[in-house]
Amino acid sequence: MTGFLFFVAKTTAYRILVVVVTVIITLILLGSAMDKLLSDRIRAEVVEAAAQDKIQFKMLSQRQAYIDEQIDIKTKGLGLDEPWYSPKRFVNTLFQVLTLDLGRSNFFTSDSGSSNVSDIIIERVPKTVLLFTTSTVIVVVIGLFLGTYMAEKRGSALDKGVSFTAVVSNSFATFWVGMLMILLFSFTLHIFPARSTPLTSPGDPFYVLDLLYHMILPLITLVLLSFTVWSFVVRYFVSRVLDEDYIQAKRVMGIPKRKILYSHALKNAAPPILTGIVTALIASISGSFIVEAVFDWPGVGKLLYDAIVVMDIPLILGSTYVFTLIYVMTMLIADLLYAYFDPRVKVSS
Amino acid sequence: VTATESAGNFSLLLRRILHTKAALVGFSIIGILAAMTIYALVAVPLESFSQWNDPGFWIDYPKSAAPSWINLMLPEGNLPNHMILGPSDAKTQNSSLGGIPTNSFLYDIDFRYNSYPTDFIIDYCLKYGEIPPVIQVDVTRPDGESFMIYNSPLPSSTLSDNLSNLTEYCSRIFSTDESIRDNLQAYTGRFDYSPDLSSPQKMIFSQLDKDAVLRGKYLFNVTYYLFDPEDKVENTKVILGGRVYGLMGTDDLRRDLSIGIFWGAPVALFVGLTAAISSVTIGMLYGLLAGYKGGRYDEALMRINDLVISLPTFVFLVILSITIGSSIFLITLFLVIFGWSGIARVARSLALQIKNLQYVEASKLMGETDIKIILRHILPQLLPLTFASIALAVPAAILAEATLSFIGLGDPSIPTWGSILHDANTASAAARGLWWWILPPGIMIAAAGISFALIGSAIESVTNPRGSANQSKVRFT
Repeated sequence: MTGFLFFVAKTTAYRILVVVVTVIITLILLGSAMDKLLSDRIRAEVVEAAAQDKIQFKMLSQRQAYIDEQIDIKTKGLGLDEPWYSPKRFVNTLFQVLTLDLGRSNFFTSDSGSSNVSDIIIERVPKTVLLFTTSTVIVVVIGLFLGTYMAEKRGSALDKGVSFTAVVSNSFATFWVGMLMILLFSFTLHIFPARSTPLTSPGDPFYVLDLLYHMILPLITLVLLSFTVWSFVVRYFVSRVLDEDYIQAKRVMGIPKRKILYSHALKNAAPPILTGIVTALIASISGSFIVEAVFDWPGVGKLLYDAIVVMDIPLILGSTYVFTLIYVMTMLIADLLYAYFDPRVKVSS
Repeated sequence: VTATESAGNFSLLLRRILHTKAALVGFSIIGILAAMTIYALVAVPLESFSQWNDPGFWIDYPKSAAPSWINLMLPEGNLPNHMILGPSDAKTQNSSLGGIPTNSFLYDIDFRYNSYPTDFIIDYCLKYGEIPPVIQVDVTRPDGESFMIYNSPLPSSTLSDNLSNLTEYCSRIFSTDESIRDNLQAYTGRFDYSPDLSSPQKMIFSQLDKDAVLRGKYLFNVTYYLFDPEDKVENTKVILGGRVYGLMGTDDLRRDLSIGIFWGAPVALFVGLTAAISSVTIGMLYGLLAGYKGGRYDEALMRINDLVISLPTFVFLVILSITIGSSIFLITLFLVIFGWSGIARVARSLALQIKNLQYVEASKLMGETDIKIILRHILPQLLPLTFASIALAVPAAILAEATLSFIGLGDPSIPTWGSILHDANTASAAARGLWWWILPPGIMIAAAGISFALIGSAIESVTNPRGSANQSKVRFT
């Protein structure tokens, strides 16, 4: 047990390190742009304050001198007189990003009217997580059953069809399939709404139902694109296990076929299946993030899409940070599942 | 294994790969893409490529028009085709009318559609001296009726002190022009009903007895009266507004989508192939070096590799294209920076196996350098894997570039399939049913990807019959 706990701690620490490294690289890239942004903001604030205070100046140059002085005071107060790469400021900014303390957005507000980047983002995170996890769970279930079934019926039309679709659907752009879904189900058949932002307000008792109704189309898109790939991975490894002698022996012993298939073969194939599926899942995260923009699903991915249009740097930074967290969490869960199914991992590492 | 023998093996392998159905389909699609590339480079004017995002360049084109071939599918009735007729489409007549030289451009328009044109525009560019020329437009209809719809002098010359003492003037006459309406007023008596003067194109193209399209040959005669022998007509166009246009229609910004789709082919092939080849080559060498050298060297290299693999590439692609730039070359470079890590891990594990083979040991004893051993003895063994990985990495690279373009971070100066879909999404093309704006770019992305994926899996199935479930060892997002 202590071995497993140690493994969990070690893996978690490594994944946290990945998050920190990602943010550090991001900040190095964005440093000067953020600096300019902050100093522009201070200038704007000072000019506005000077206008509101109605301080009378005898000459224009006096007003300018006053504003420059105020900017200087504020800049020093916030520690912006040092460059962004000075250790003190860099560590400070790093903690700000890690805690989503990213100031205000110039263009966006949250539902409650706040323009704090953290408020805007935190409000949207549940929707992104809901869409991503729901689609993943559905695809896992379909993939396991369909894949195992295909392994049993190797060479059947279903097996060939799904395997071919798996190769092909890897090349489809998720956002494009989403647009096709709208074209088909919203424009032509009028079954689902084209925009996924629910019309009822969050306080409404029917809000959750409305949200789920609007989620169906993006969900179908994500499931449709992934289930063949996952089934293909499951089929491949289960069929390899099925060829092993000990499975053949179990058959001879008269153990029911279904039991062999779903408890023995599937369990023994679990570690490599997990590796294959994680590869597929990791590759699909950005797709399910971006697909929000097609359906107007009110999540972080849609926020990123909108923030790029107006180049709202704090929001872009915030939403990519949330993406990093989701990405790393997925990998961490995969690590732990892998260790659970393949006990050697815990011991050897 | 001698060099000739391995070359023989290689050509045998190649033949077996080419005999698979998957590779055949894959190479056929690539052939089509290559043909599109050549067509784009040879036949499509380079201007349309560089001016893709300049709305002024596309002003003569119709707004969100469907492809013209949909007329073949419509059960009854056909939508008017958008026509852009330049000077080369016209018969020219130069004559002298009472000592005044005239320059006439006669445009034959065969109008056989069931609904009226949406509008029309006369576009012109003239160089003239002190006395401004006069422009007159007459339309002769299939029933013999002739309407003089426009007659007006150009504004007087402004650059009198100019050296050449010629001034250039370009303008357009729209069908909604007031003087056209006034001129048509004189002909309303010939109609049995009262035509709608607010849309002159309807009156011009209508039957006399009822409000229905008169089909047949129309003649648009644009005549310029030039009062100076040096005056010159630089350009003259008749644009008849229609609802359908070209092979693939147009978008909200009037751009001819077929041009974007054609130019997208070389761009996608460039990004896909460059990123895939570079990533796989770098990854291969990195992994082989780590596996072959072993020990601390291996440990350090693979630690770096582990970290790069676990980084969220998508985030860096977004941040890099915002801060460094988003030209197509830079995007390709960014893809390579993160694309090499997956294949490196595979190459390392293979190098660990191969380095203990006797012939490698032998060359080591003969004193060959490590790099030489890797390049001459280990890498050739892995060529099939390398080619398969490259082929499987191309779809991933094309998709990554398309995704980046789709979220608005692609190269802003050129048309790519992803950026066309970005514009379509911004304009809610799907909800508006503008299918011709959505289908072709996505199909092209998919087709380009599938072709390489099929070839990759063909190479894998021939060289490694047990196959691999991990479709691609290289990923870019």
